[in-house]
Amino acid sequence: MDPKLLTIEALSVHFHLPEGVARAVDGIGFDLQPGETLGLVGESGCGKSVTALSILGLVQSPPGRIEAGRILFESRNLLRLDAEGLRRIRGRDISMIFQEPMTSLNPVLPIGRQVAEPLMVHKALSRSEAMAEAAAWLDHVKIPAARKRLDDYPHQLSGGMRQRVMIAMAMVCRPKLLIADEPTTALDVTIQAQILSLMLMLKSELNMSVLLITHDLGVVAQMASRVVVMYAGQVVEEGRMTDMFDQPFHPYTRGLLKSMPRLGDRRAGRPPRLNEIPGTVPSLIEAVSGCRFAGRCPHVFDVCRKQQPDLFKIGAGQRARCWLKRYPDRRKPDA
Amino acid sequence: MIRYLIKKLITLLILLGLVSITVFAVLFVLPGDPAQIILGINATPESLATLRAELGLDKSFMGQYAHWMGNLLLGQSQQSIHYKMPVYELIRDSLAVTGPLALLAMLFALAISLPFGIYAARHQNQAGDVVVMVCTQLGLATPEFWFGILLTLLFSVQLGWFSAGGFPGWSTDCWGSLKALLLPAFALGVIRASILTRLTRSSMLEVLSEDYVRTARAKGLKERTVVYGHALRNALAPVLTIMGLQLGQLLAGAIIIENVFFLPGLGRLVFNAIGQRDLPVVRDIVLFMAAAVVVVNFLVDIAYAVIDPRIQLE
Ligand SMILES: Nc1ncnc2c1ncn2[C@@H]1O[C@H](COP(=O)(O)OP(=O)(O)OP(=O)(O)O)[C@@H](O)[C@H]1O
Ligand SMILES: [Mg+2]
Repeated sequence: MDPKLLTIEALSVHFHLPEGVARAVDGIGFDLQPGETLGLVGESGCGKSVTALSILGLVQSPPGRIEAGRILFESRNLLRLDAEGLRRIRGRDISMIFQEPMTSLNPVLPIGRQVAEPLMVHKALSRSEAMAEAAAWLDHVKIPAARKRLDDYPHQLSGGMRQRVMIAMAMVCRPKLLIADEPTTALDVTIQAQILSLMLMLKSELNMSVLLITHDLGVVAQMASRVVVMYAGQVVEEGRMTDMFDQPFHPYTRGLLKSMPRLGDRRAGRPPRLNEIPGTVPSLIEAVSGCRFAGRCPHVFDVCRKQQPDLFKIGAGQRARCWLKRYPDRRKPDA
Repeated sequence: MIRYLIKKLITLLILLGLVSITVFAVLFVLPGDPAQIILGINATPESLATLRAELGLDKSFMGQYAHWMGNLLLGQSQQSIHYKMPVYELIRDSLAVTGPLALLAMLFALAISLPFGIYAARHQNQAGDVVVMVCTQLGLATPEFWFGILLTLLFSVQLGWFSAGGFPGWSTDCWGSLKALLLPAFALGVIRASILTRLTRSSMLEVLSEDYVRTARAKGLKERTVVYGHALRNALAPVLTIMGLQLGQLLAGAIIIENVFFLPGLGRLVFNAIGQRDLPVVRDIVLFMAAAVVVVNFLVDIAYAVIDPRIQLE
């Protein structure tokens, strides 16, 4: 019996665009245990959303195409399922919430109906049963006077409330896996904290796994037990949360950690210092022969430009895609 | 919703008032003396003056307008000069042809454009989409009278399923009347469906790439529910707008098609009335046509609000 809930192996998703083939996801892999929260972090455009969407078969196609890999959910390869098989899993076993609560709800349908829909398709509940359960869930995600708001439309709710509706909608069928694609990015800070604690509460209540996508390491630190760092369509480092914060190996991970605004900075009365990682992400269309991060890496040396590094084992459960593992003496003292 | 309705209703009434003044004013300044037309060139000045007084033509502009509108509101219209019967009855009789013809044509247009537009959007750039787009291009380039003649040649002359024209009248032959309208309505509908199909397709394409459609799919809804339950309503607004315009136009009568199929509709009535300088008929029909456009627009506004709850707030 495989203890893993979700395993992604060597997944490649390419976009066939007029200007060339963009390798948005290029051979990534990671897995997720039941009940675990995994953080997937990386800069904008590194392929986090595309990874998440491929799990549910929602990558826009054309231009997108899943070129290779396997996505095993409870030992079943989701990439092999037909449309109907995949549909039965969506919203029932695997749910997803999105970044933009403003545009992710249908503007012309009442929220009660939108929350009730998964119950009607997956659990074959009648309309009134589903509505009653939807009301209970809206109440559970702390929407005030939930029962009276079933007939409200999304435009009558604030951003935070809409994200609560999205969460209720994702939870109604008690999924085994929740994919949360930047669930708090569009919200302001106080609302962010509320949504995160709501997600923590629901997670322990339903004992579900969460794939939490974000570029905010602070959010990951609060929620996740393990982290996968992506860069330009690849996994560059993965490991336990604590290890990654205490002893990050990959220069990119180190850069990300340094670019986090620190609480201490603000307390000392200074403006928070944001150490940007210099340079920009390489184009996904041009072929890169060496390490993808070479152009921005402070430790870069000749091997990096010639050959792509593998994911080397660093420690227990920690791996990094960096030649410094082989050539430790090339690491320059950090500035 | 009630407030929105009342607001729209008030706008409608004001618009109708303005339309009636405009119509009246335009025809008022037009040259030509109705009394002269009625009595002919040999009329004596005395009889002309008497008739003018009888018709209210000796009153001021506002007096004549008030006379005209007052009578219309009371349901009494003037006599047609040529047909010697109330204009109201003339319009009613031709509307019995034009009204059903217009509605039937829009029904055809809708029944064609929605399925094909949605199909094309869902299969963008595939063979089916290309075929649909080529057909709509052809439809846009085809004159409707020519298409009507083709239909007559095929279905009436060759196959003998329909009579080649004419209209028996609803009270004489209800089924025959409906049959007489089918071919012309189809000709009008198909041509209008071309633009509506393209509109449905582009609007649907836009909506299908919206985030909430992705949400609907992520919930595990059937593709049918995603398209018809979630996307279509959002895509309908631009289609409705153009449909409203088309219906307003059709209610004004389709002169050419009416002539091809020998239908006694509004188009023919106004065409003849202009030729006969039958001013009361022309004036009331023009008012009716303008009012039809305004009223259809009002209905479209209401439909918007039913489809999209955000609209009532604006
Ligand atoms: N529908 C699409 N068509 C073309 N290219 C796409 C499409 N969706 C994604 N891409 C490309 O794939 C790459 C990865 O996009 P993705 O949305 O996964 O990034 P991300 O890591 O989620 O970034 P963000 O933090 O901004 O959400 C991007 O370079 C993007 O241009
Ligand atoms: Mg994203």
